[in-house]
Amino acid sequence: MSDELLEEGFEAPPEGGIPSPQRNLASRLRGIRAALGPVATTIIAFLVAGLVVLATRHNPLRVYQAIFNGTGLNWFFHFGSYSIRVPFGTSHVWFWWNTGSVAAQNLQQTLLLTTPIILTGLALAFAFRCGMFNIGGQGQYLVGSYFAIWIGSSFAHMNPLLHVVLAVVGAGLAGGVYAGIAGLLKATVGAHEVIVIMLNWIAVWVGSYLFGQQGPLQNSSQKSIPISNDVVEGAKLPVIWGIKELQGLSVGIFIALGALIVYWIVINRTTLGFEVRAVGFNAEAARYSGISVARNYILAMAIAGTFAGLGGAADILGWEYRVGTGDIQVSQVGFIGLAAALLGRNTAVGIGAGALLFGGLINGTSGRQLDPSIFQPELAGNLTTIIQGLVVLFVGLNLGGIGVWWSRRRRRA
Amino acid sequence: MAEAPLLELRGITKRFPGVLANDDVSFDLRPGEVHALLGENGAGKSTLMNILYGLYTPDEGEILLRGTPIDLGSTKAAIEHGIGMVHQHFMLIPVMTVAENIVLATEPRRAGVLLDYDVATKRVRELSSRFGLIVDPNARVDRITVGQQQRVEILKALYRGAEILILDEPTAVLSPQEAQELFEIIRALKDQGKSIIFISHKLNEVLEVADRITTLRRGVVVDTVPAAGATEEGLARMMVGRDVLLRVDKTPAHPEGPLLEIEHLTVLDDRGLASVKDVSFEVCAHEILGIAGVDGNGQSELIDAIAGLRRVASGRIMLAGADITDATPRAALDAGLGHIPEDRHRRGLVLPFSLTENLALHGYRSKPDSHYGFLSLRRMVGHASRLLREFDVRGGTPSTPASALSGGNQQKVVLAREIDGDPRLLIAAQPTRGLDVGAIEFVHRRLVEQRDEGRAVLLVSLELEEILSLSDRILVIYEGRIVAEFDPTASEEEIGLAMTGGRKDEAA
Repeated sequence: MSDELLEEGFEAPPEGGIPSPQRNLASRLRGIRAALGPVATTIIAFLVAGLVVLATRHNPLRVYQAIFNGTGLNWFFHFGSYSIRVPFGTSHVWFWWNTGSVAAQNLQQTLLLTTPIILTGLALAFAFRCGMFNIGGQGQYLVGSYFAIWIGSSFAHMNPLLHVVLAVVGAGLAGGVYAGIAGLLKATVGAHEVIVIMLNWIAVWVGSYLFGQQGPLQNSSQKSIPISNDVVEGAKLPVIWGIKELQGLSVGIFIALGALIVYWIVINRTTLGFEVRAVGFNAEAARYSGISVARNYILAMAIAGTFAGLGGAADILGWEYRVGTGDIQVSQVGFIGLAAALLGRNTAVGIGAGALLFGGLINGTSGRQLDPSIFQPELAGNLTTIIQGLVVLFVGLNLGGIGVWWSRRRRRA
Repeated sequence: MAEAPLLELRGITKRFPGVLANDDVSFDLRPGEVHALLGENGAGKSTLMNILYGLYTPDEGEILLRGTPIDLGSTKAAIEHGIGMVHQHFMLIPVMTVAENIVLATEPRRAGVLLDYDVATKRVRELSSRFGLIVDPNARVDRITVGQQQRVEILKALYRGAEILILDEPTAVLSPQEAQELFEIIRALKDQGKSIIFISHKLNEVLEVADRITTLRRGVVVDTVPAAGATEEGLARMMVGRDVLLRVDKTPAHPEGPLLEIEHLTVLDDRGLASVKDVSFEVCAHEILGIAGVDGNGQSELIDAIAGLRRVASGRIMLAGADITDATPRAALDAGLGHIPEDRHRRGLVLPFSLTENLALHGYRSKPDSHYGFLSLRRMVGHASRLLREFDVRGGTPSTPASALSGGNQQKVVLAREIDGDPRLLIAAQPTRGLDVGAIEFVHRRLVEQRDEGRAVLLVSLELEEILSLSDRILVIYEGRIVAEFDPTASEEEIGLAMTGGRKDEAA
């Protein structure tokens, strides 16, 4: 396209700007339009995955219905007259939903799975706003979880509140420092931040060593099993919904939701976020404006890694309580977070929604939730992977851009 | 002169989403004539020529060649009809030789597949001597000057049998001497019977080289007039639609003490070669110092060193008494630097940022834009609204992204931010590049205003005319050295000669 077309095309807005009531409407419309792309992407991914289901001679609608029920999101539609216990108290109050149903348990699972996806999603998003592609969320998550295990399974007689805070903060800082390495290398010697993919593998194999047989952090009583020690009671995150022994929902979800809010505020309302965005959009203009590009690269990576490290803490201290070398090697959560952030266009609300989508999918297709007579759970897990893959593919293709291109083409012809 | 036109465009209309780029435009070209197409940026000149070169299809209208309607569905069709175009940005392959570039896509072959390089060279030699376009066919394109590259482009079009040549802003990349040489070439081509469409927004060039001039404004033809008898003032009025002050109105300077002092400054370029060599000068308060030079003679490196964006190899830079040699960009700003960068898209603006954010780009760290690390959005927007009003920025509100503004308005935003910072020294690097006559007038007036308010202004421009009309003192930079100093009464020829390395006899 010629420069002239661009200049002419953009000179269209009337002089003096648009009156304010219309502008409010316009900005709201813009918000809705921005959400359309990701929603369309998701729908198309589901449609294509539906074809895959069809090819296996199952009814896609029934399969999706079963997955949806497996996520526990149907819980919201079952109203009635129930009561809940006031948190940290003994009295009961009336409540619209049944907090003890099977659907409620499913929902707890979904939210547990959503928590680290939000946090690793933020790890991608924060670095992305600074112009970096942090695909190291997985490694940063793992390093965070190692520190959570190490701190959480040591200091057995510490004050519980202090212990859990120390474990969470330690995990976050560890993730931050680990990601900061990549930021530092980029800022000083110009190494591309994609080297974090190697840091991912280093994290995997360091973990395999630490918790493997004869490893320094291997379980002290069961010498033949490559797992860690358990987190002591005092360092566990309180369970706020459901039963601890059945993996009830821990306060970890609030760490994730809090992180989303912090992310939004830092990016949009602070001078730090202003610098990060300036560097992300145009590093040269930022440098010219007196912003230290190197400092922002290091800081943005460190903050991104902190989010991922917190994700590790939320999992370990919230419901896993221990980690085995097998878990470390198959863990994918960092990459799912990456997909969620890409789908959510790196906005706080988008990441939350994307993480809930993927958390729900994983839970809904897990063997424990999905009715085997409708779809074999072994296949269903692959279905999740297919949908994830399609989402990333379509986000990469930028369906919104295709729409713009198509309408222009039609007008020109 | 009542010859039958060679080429005729009748009632051409072209719409793009939201804009009418060409509205019922009619244009004709006579055999052996130079017809200039004049207009501001965005007036629709390039759109019209892209239609003629087969890149766009018009929505309405027809194109006639020697009286018969033709269909230009593609560039290939245009070339077959004898229409050639030299784009503003050259379409050459840098690592190939001149001859290879010229015969590309229609190569003489040996045994069907191999390039017959000797035949290619021979044909290029013939062609270049016939039209007086002197260029070595065996030279690699990335080793020849921009002016020579342009000749290669013209030869390429001629080689493909062009009878009609479209030259899109051909002088934008040339030094004044090279531009003169180009005009000679155009006259030679005309004598050989070629017809030329010359696109420009520079009034003096159009008057010098064209036979007739057609002016476009906002996609509509204002008028077609013979060049003989036309005046710059008249053409400017047609282009802009109102009277324009072409000469900068300013009083003589009363320079005071030096604000910027540069002593024996040497700066290296990205390849590690010295591109500013032992340069010393000063700029005083109440003074506009112009630095003239052909592009790539060390101007950018000089400015970068002052702004803290490039390390200094040796020498000293003092700004308002403070040593800012190798200072950080932040320290240079804090010492009183205002800097209108030469590339507003690469440096001057963060295009996806709103105008509010762009206007706060230097001041976001301090009150009132922020408190304790938190941005005060309402104050930022208020500040931005005031500046947008003061600098007459049109086409955007404080929340509009900078990318949505036209070039002239974008430059006003940069200007507003830099002047609002109350600098002691204002560096203006090519402040009117790519702007149209109206916006140029605005920028020039503001720069003189800054001088009158007691600031030092360092103007670096490739436009000699701009240097001459604004500066109180002129330095010429050539191959990284200051080679001459002039006062503004000097002639364009004198300065132009210094810009290309001194007197002709010395250069040989």
